[in-house]
Amino acid sequence: MSVSVQEADFDVGAEIAALSAGRLDVGAVASFVGLVRDANDGSSVSAMTLEHYPGMTERALEEIVAEAGRRWQLLAVRVIHRHGALLPGERIVFVGVAGAHRGESFAACEFIMDYLKTRAPFWKREQTPEGARWVDARESDDKAVGRWGPMGEPAASE
Amino acid sequence: MMMTLRVLYFASLREAVGRANEELTLPEGVGTVGQLRDFLAARGEGWDALAQGRNVRAARNQRMARAEEGIEAGDEIAFFPPVTGG
Repeated sequence: MSVSVQEADFDVGAEIAALSAGRLDVGAVASFVGLVRDANDGSSVSAMTLEHYPGMTERALEEIVAEAGRRWQLLAVRVIHRHGALLPGERIVFVGVAGAHRGESFAACEFIMDYLKTRAPFWKREQTPEGARWVDARESDDKAVGRWGPMGEPAASE
Repeated sequence: MMMTLRVLYFASLREAVGRANEELTLPEGVGTVGQLRDFLAARGEGWDALAQGRNVRAARNQRMARAEEGIEAGDEIAFFPPVTGG
């Protein structure tokens, strides 16, 4: 179970391979890769900057991964989230989950992404023709995480 | 005995209040995250970004915290807008 918060890009193939390297009990590896889009909310996006809260970010991601491990029988998990300046087409986030069967791998991968979207302290600022703007949180992200039930700790100050 | 708090601000909130962090002596009558937020929101221009009704999240010692959570001297308290990673 391993979490990285970094400016550098990552090698998707190598990360997926590492999830089952040297073991024969893995039957299913599910992965998700999030990318910077060149448009958002009706504007073209030429660049993005991701700010985060060093210390809390790593802790939040580790707690999300630990919670996934309590809900499903997982054999390996890898989460990488980038910060800093990114361009359209660049990778932002990787989540990889290895399990014995596809059910838990798919579910845990989606669970980790849904929780990451609402719990991990990252903020996107995008450059558009109208100027730079902070990306607004989406209500759909709150709905997505809601279907997994409570995680046992408060999500917000309000 | 340490009597100060470390307070951090992120993203649009950091820009609104004009600083990323500060050391603050625990103000009289401030015992919860929500009370600290109200105390800061009353500072004037820019600080109304922390006012009630604004969509603000908080963390105490690097964990998401509700308004009613108690705070103590030595804590690290952060205020920020809803997160948008992933």
